[in-house]
Amino acid sequence: MEWASWSEFWHMAGYGLYVWGSYAVTLAAILIEVILLKRAGTDTRRRLKRMQQWEEQ
Amino acid sequence: MNLYTYASPANFYHLAGKLIPWFAWSAGLLTVWGLYISFFLAPTDFQQSEAYRIIFIHVPAAWMSMFIYLVMAFWGAIGLAFNTRLSFMMARALAPTGALFTFIALWTGALWGKPMWGAWWVWDARLTSELILLFLYVGIIALWAAIDDVKRGDRAGSLLTLIGVINVPIIYFSVKWWNTLHQGSSINLTKAPSMAAIMLQGMLVMAIAAWLYTIAVTLVRVRRIILERERHTDWAKAILEAK
Repeated sequence: MEWASWSEFWHMAGYGLYVWGSYAVTLAAILIEVILLKRAGTDTRRRLKRMQQWEEQ
Repeated sequence: MNLYTYASPANFYHLAGKLIPWFAWSAGLLTVWGLYISFFLAPTDFQQSEAYRIIFIHVPAAWMSMFIYLVMAFWGAIGLAFNTRLSFMMARALAPTGALFTFIALWTGALWGKPMWGAWWVWDARLTSELILLFLYVGIIALWAAIDDVKRGDRAGSLLTLIGVINVPIIYFSVKWWNTLHQGSSINLTKAPSMAAIMLQGMLVMAIAAWLYTIAVTLVRVRRIILERERHTDWAKAILEAK
């Protein structure tokens, strides 16, 4: 274990901005991809269903 | 069991549906393990202090950005050569995640470059060729989106992917071929890695997690594409009606 305290952990020997900036943006990017993917899935399904009902009429 | 069974979109749709949770959960677990190694087991670097911890996402993301492109080009080539429907769908499903990892590699690289080189960005061969990779991904996605005719779009996008594949060895060997500010690789196939074993382990765990994540999201995306393209078939209609 490298860290004496949590504040030392967040500080990252003065490189906190760079280290956490990297990890935070990576996490955000992945979350955005997953959310968009979920939304696109339901949208597509809804649209296809509507098209199908339309074609059956 | 015949492996070709899964070249049929209907069978692959169901298989992918079963596999997704496994890939997603193992990606999540490995990420937790990888992060634990990255922040609690890996020691402080004697040259770069704590800033080097960016490596645990930067390197796996950069690997994925190149590797996904190669897989995309592979599926594109198979599709162009054999006219197999599922191959083109796989190529389309991979592209957004490839672009995502390219962006992450560039972003974390900038945040690493600033404290170590004193610059967010330099036009050296490694950084520039990686930026071109991002443009290639975006260009290919835009091309696919712009062509309404599915078959023509598939072929055009895959052709562009294949032309762009020349950029991948350029990225990979750029640190050897040119005098770059970017450091050479710490790991390669011929020499022992020039980094501590625990750091290497953290990086590899994160890389495998990135792999599993990529497979999971690609399968989700390819299922959507399959459903969209197969909507006139009986099996797809049955699925849509059930929901």
